[in-house]
Amino acid sequence: MRQFITFVKKEFAHILRDKKTLLILFGMPISQILIFGFALTNEVKNVKIAIVDRARDEQSRRLISKIDASKYFEVKKILGNAVQVDNELKKGTIKMAVIFPANFSSDLAHYNTSQVQIVLDGSDPNTANTIKNYITAIVTDHQRQQQSNVPALYQIIPEVRMLYNPQLLDAPNFVPGVMALVLMLVCVMMTAVSIVKEKEMGNMEILLVSPIKPGMVILTKTFPYLVLSLVNLTIILLLSIFVLKLPVNGSLVLLFAESILFIITCLTLGIFISVKTSSQEVAMLISLMGMLIPTILFSGFMFPIENMPYPLQMISNIIPSKWYYIIVKSIMIKGLGFSAIWKETLVLATITSVLLAVSLKSFKIRLE
Amino acid sequence: MDTRALNNEKVIVVDKLTKRFGDFVATDAISFDVYKGEIFGFLGANGAGKTTAMKMLCGLLTPSSGTAVVAGFDIHKQAQELKWNIGYMGQKFSLYDDLTIIENIRYYAGIYNLSNQQISDKSEGLITRLGLQKEAKKLVGQLPTGWKQKVAFSVALLHEPRIVFLDEPTGGVDPITRRQFWDMIYESAEKGTTIFITTHYMDEAEYCDRVSIMVDGKIEALDKPAELRRLYEAESMDEVFYQLARRAKRSE
Repeated sequence: MRQFITFVKKEFAHILRDKKTLLILFGMPISQILIFGFALTNEVKNVKIAIVDRARDEQSRRLISKIDASKYFEVKKILGNAVQVDNELKKGTIKMAVIFPANFSSDLAHYNTSQVQIVLDGSDPNTANTIKNYITAIVTDHQRQQQSNVPALYQIIPEVRMLYNPQLLDAPNFVPGVMALVLMLVCVMMTAVSIVKEKEMGNMEILLVSPIKPGMVILTKTFPYLVLSLVNLTIILLLSIFVLKLPVNGSLVLLFAESILFIITCLTLGIFISVKTSSQEVAMLISLMGMLIPTILFSGFMFPIENMPYPLQMISNIIPSKWYYIIVKSIMIKGLGFSAIWKETLVLATITSVLLAVSLKSFKIRLE
Repeated sequence: MDTRALNNEKVIVVDKLTKRFGDFVATDAISFDVYKGEIFGFLGANGAGKTTAMKMLCGLLTPSSGTAVVAGFDIHKQAQELKWNIGYMGQKFSLYDDLTIIENIRYYAGIYNLSNQQISDKSEGLITRLGLQKEAKKLVGQLPTGWKQKVAFSVALLHEPRIVFLDEPTGGVDPITRRQFWDMIYESAEKGTTIFITTHYMDEAEYCDRVSIMVDGKIEALDKPAELRRLYEAESMDEVFYQLARRAKRSE
């Protein structure tokens, strides 16, 4: 026990004295949450648009004010003709223009049908698509309101309900992703680098000659990072609850228990990398390339796994962060209990045990 | 340096110690004894098998055949007990640059399960002896190499090991500091600690009580430096080493 305390004290001294480590450790989760929460978002709000209203009647004005009133659009300019629209789009001052023909209302009155032209900046297809959907929805809605005075013969109105994330916010998706990412970085990279550092500086030699057992070395090297990861996790959760207003719907205890399992997975990976490498740079590179990128690609948090070719889907199954991401999403957003995620937990636990066995074995071999 | 009378209590007894890695015989049936309080120079060119032999004696490697008893413990069966009774210092000094001198001392003392009382007594004594009172709270990274080396050596002796293994402890250190370091070595040898040292500096070989020279996994020569010089009709240990090492067939 004395050995354990001595070791852990020393390890914390290393971490707390290195400003760079501290910055990575605590700056990263905070900045990632804030960046993903506020800057990187697929939602489109307050898109600047222009209106060309040749009709200038009650019907067109009513639709224009409806568009302007929505939080998605902001009517920036009222233009006279299509050439001006083209210029403004090119300049980038607007993303979309809505053009009402001169006979908008009379067509409606006489033929029961009329057209509105929507011109979009297609150079950014994702945004253009989103905007198109919003404007179509507003026009359809407007049309339904107009018709409600005249009962239609029959109508099918789809009632869409988005469960768990009714406002289709991005935050619920990326918070679990950031959690997986941060834990992966902290545990894998920092553990690997700190063990390799001992090797590089020759301190490992002393430990090997000393009566300390290899298991103790591993335990004391990883324990501080377990503690720090839990601190990090708490920071992320606090930020997501209080800054992003995203509550944890499920059990916190379960969430932390599953996180500890994932942290152990990551620490094990860190040990494994440290055994196989002998310089800090290599350890860092392998951690970044080998762990971080697969986490981003295959956890399903940035790119949907369902859309990937079959071989890649297979690969995603051996990426621990994929399972952790599913688990965290289930607990945090859907509020599910253990009975719903025991399969994912089992997979994660299996991956961890295999990794643990392999790393412990190679750590011992290294000692021989 | 034959000024010191040698004790005849054996603390290291090596008998036909062999280590094979596949077909390669790193250490080939070496046998020798080391006495209590002796400064034993363990020489050999790179790749001669020194490190492998030393690792076996420290209980880090299991021998393929042969036996060795170090500090009274069989390296086969009692590696763990053995480790409590030996000290080790490598060429990198193995101190943590981002910890202070006193923290380093406490850390290594903690590894050997010394009590709090022992730790404070010993660290205080050590700092006074080295005259480092002012520097005790400085980070090791800010110290000159020579001081680091002295601290590292003292730390290796903290748990009062019967034998201390020094693996090229004077690499990259200036001659004056090296001389001072050897004074420390003599001092602890006089107190009865056995010093087992590897070095590439032949002037240092002269300082040893006895010297063994390994060539291709075998011990080719083992005697007092003066005897070896006489035997090989050489003016210096440098020449002795050169004559022996030239026969080596394998290189690193």
